[in-house]
Amino acid sequence: MASRETASQGATATSSEPHIGLRATHQDIDHEASLIAFARRRHRQVAIAALAAVIFALLPLAIQDVYLQNILVLTLMYAALSQSWNILGGYCGQISLGHAIYFGIGAYMSTLLYTHAGVTPWVGMLAGGAFAALVALALGYPFFRLRGHYFTIATIVVAETGLLLVLNWDFAGGAQGVQIPYGPDSWAHLQFARDKLPYIYLALGLAVVSWLVTFVIEGSKWGYWWRAVKDNAEAAESLGVVVFRSKMAAAALSAFFTAVGGSFYAAFVSYIDPDSVMGFQFSLLIALPAVLGGIGTLWGPALGALVLIPMTELTRSYFGGSGSGIDLIIYGVLIMVIALARPEGLMSLFGGRPAARRGR
Amino acid sequence: MSAKLLEVRNVTRRFGGLVANSDVSLEVAKGEILGLIGPNGAGKSTLFNLIAGLYPPTRGNIVFAGRDITRLSAPARCALGIARTFQVVRSFDSMSVIENVVVGALMRHAGARQARYKALETLELTGLLARADGPAVELTPPEKRRLEIARALATEPELLLLDEALAGLTPSEAREGVELVRQIRDRGITIVMVEHVMEVVMPLVDRAVVLDLGKVLAQGLPNELVRDERVIEAYLGARHRAA
Repeated sequence: MASRETASQGATATSSEPHIGLRATHQDIDHEASLIAFARRRHRQVAIAALAAVIFALLPLAIQDVYLQNILVLTLMYAALSQSWNILGGYCGQISLGHAIYFGIGAYMSTLLYTHAGVTPWVGMLAGGAFAALVALALGYPFFRLRGHYFTIATIVVAETGLLLVLNWDFAGGAQGVQIPYGPDSWAHLQFARDKLPYIYLALGLAVVSWLVTFVIEGSKWGYWWRAVKDNAEAAESLGVVVFRSKMAAAALSAFFTAVGGSFYAAFVSYIDPDSVMGFQFSLLIALPAVLGGIGTLWGPALGALVLIPMTELTRSYFGGSGSGIDLIIYGVLIMVIALARPEGLMSLFGGRPAARRGR
Repeated sequence: MSAKLLEVRNVTRRFGGLVANSDVSLEVAKGEILGLIGPNGAGKSTLFNLIAGLYPPTRGNIVFAGRDITRLSAPARCALGIARTFQVVRSFDSMSVIENVVVGALMRHAGARQARYKALETLELTGLLARADGPAVELTPPEKRRLEIARALATEPELLLLDEALAGLTPSEAREGVELVRQIRDRGITIVMVEHVMEVVMPLVDRAVVLDLGKVLAQGLPNELVRDERVIEAYLGARHRAA
């Protein structure tokens, strides 16, 4: 009560001078201090990210085991993919379960350009990203008129349709898929026959870039707009947010980075077929780390991937040999346990409500 | 009377067979507080939403600052200087209080830093500064109403539309609300408010328009309207007739 009184008196005192900054009042100084504190909180996030990146850069030097290095590559890759998914699904609230189509577009674009035209995967990656963004816009145009679950169902249907198209596309190898021919180790061709280290650093690079993009956006107009759209589209519109355009922008950006991840994956495994890059399981695997880690949070996807991917691989290697599917049962149970214990995502382990902590 | 800011010209809005607004015309002068009153189902909310741009009228025109905005979207109207609150509060519940207001402030301040500064100023005016970093979902109902107003104000509107912003408040909260509305007007912002609580709204508004059954029943000064037989008949009820 007392604080409200003071605040409204303060407001009356300054109401005769609507223009900011003519004279430094106490309030101006308080506001400046508040802005500085906010900037510090943002800087701290960057420092944590830098530290995490350094740790992950040094980790493979300590881990020589190829199997573990493989897990590391996949963990970093899914952190990046899920971070990209989080842009549309987490921040903008448009839950897509069809991101496999963008993943597949990236994988096929770079691979086909490379095998048919000798184009370096670096260019193929950007081409795949750009094409995926265009596809996302083309799909968003009709689908963003759908709400909630209907949108999600539409994304599943479209991804499955894409899968069928590629399965029957002879130029792209049909159901047989495409093998990337072996050559000497090369950064230009992203081919490394024995050494995992370059892939680890590439995947780390992807994870860092996707984190940075999310971080920058979270502090920008788009970040606020997307979250407003997610929370209440009508209220957002009343505040000048063009909801449709916001969703389109989120979809394009999300698709772009998912496709880049697909190109990376194709170079990493050097053999792709429709099921192994466009199957429905990819749509789930891309979404799951973000959901598990904390949907719509800056760190959720990375944290989720860090828990989920090693868990996937380890349960598979320990229990997968029998062919009984026990690995999947254990995996499923572990996911349920996490979901029950932390329904708001693993980010909520770090104190308070994740929503309240986000972006600060 | 000073210059017209908003003009509603012969507006009709149908929902299927239901005529929610029928040939409604009214004007809002720059700098005034206009009350939009009437019994339940009179078409107040429909008219309010037509002005805010939630949906277009079936017939008629809406003119804001000399410009026909009848077909403009809600975001485009916000850009021109029309802001609104919602009768049922619609805070962005995954965000903090200040982040809610930043969304509005981004309308005129593209830079995140400037927008945040504007949000801080607006929170101060609306008495929510102490709650700035808390989650919006944890605000009390009257605080949420203030947040709605803060968010709308942060878009720096010329015209602020308040949809029952004082409903459901205790008498002392309502008095604070009235004080806030006066302060907003003193900053040169024109206000149209839909309101049910007559005791609160009549002393506050400069002029009122009474809607009944989707039509304008009467308009004028508050103290004239409370004596108007038609208004008493339609809305104010026996208590006022006795008085």
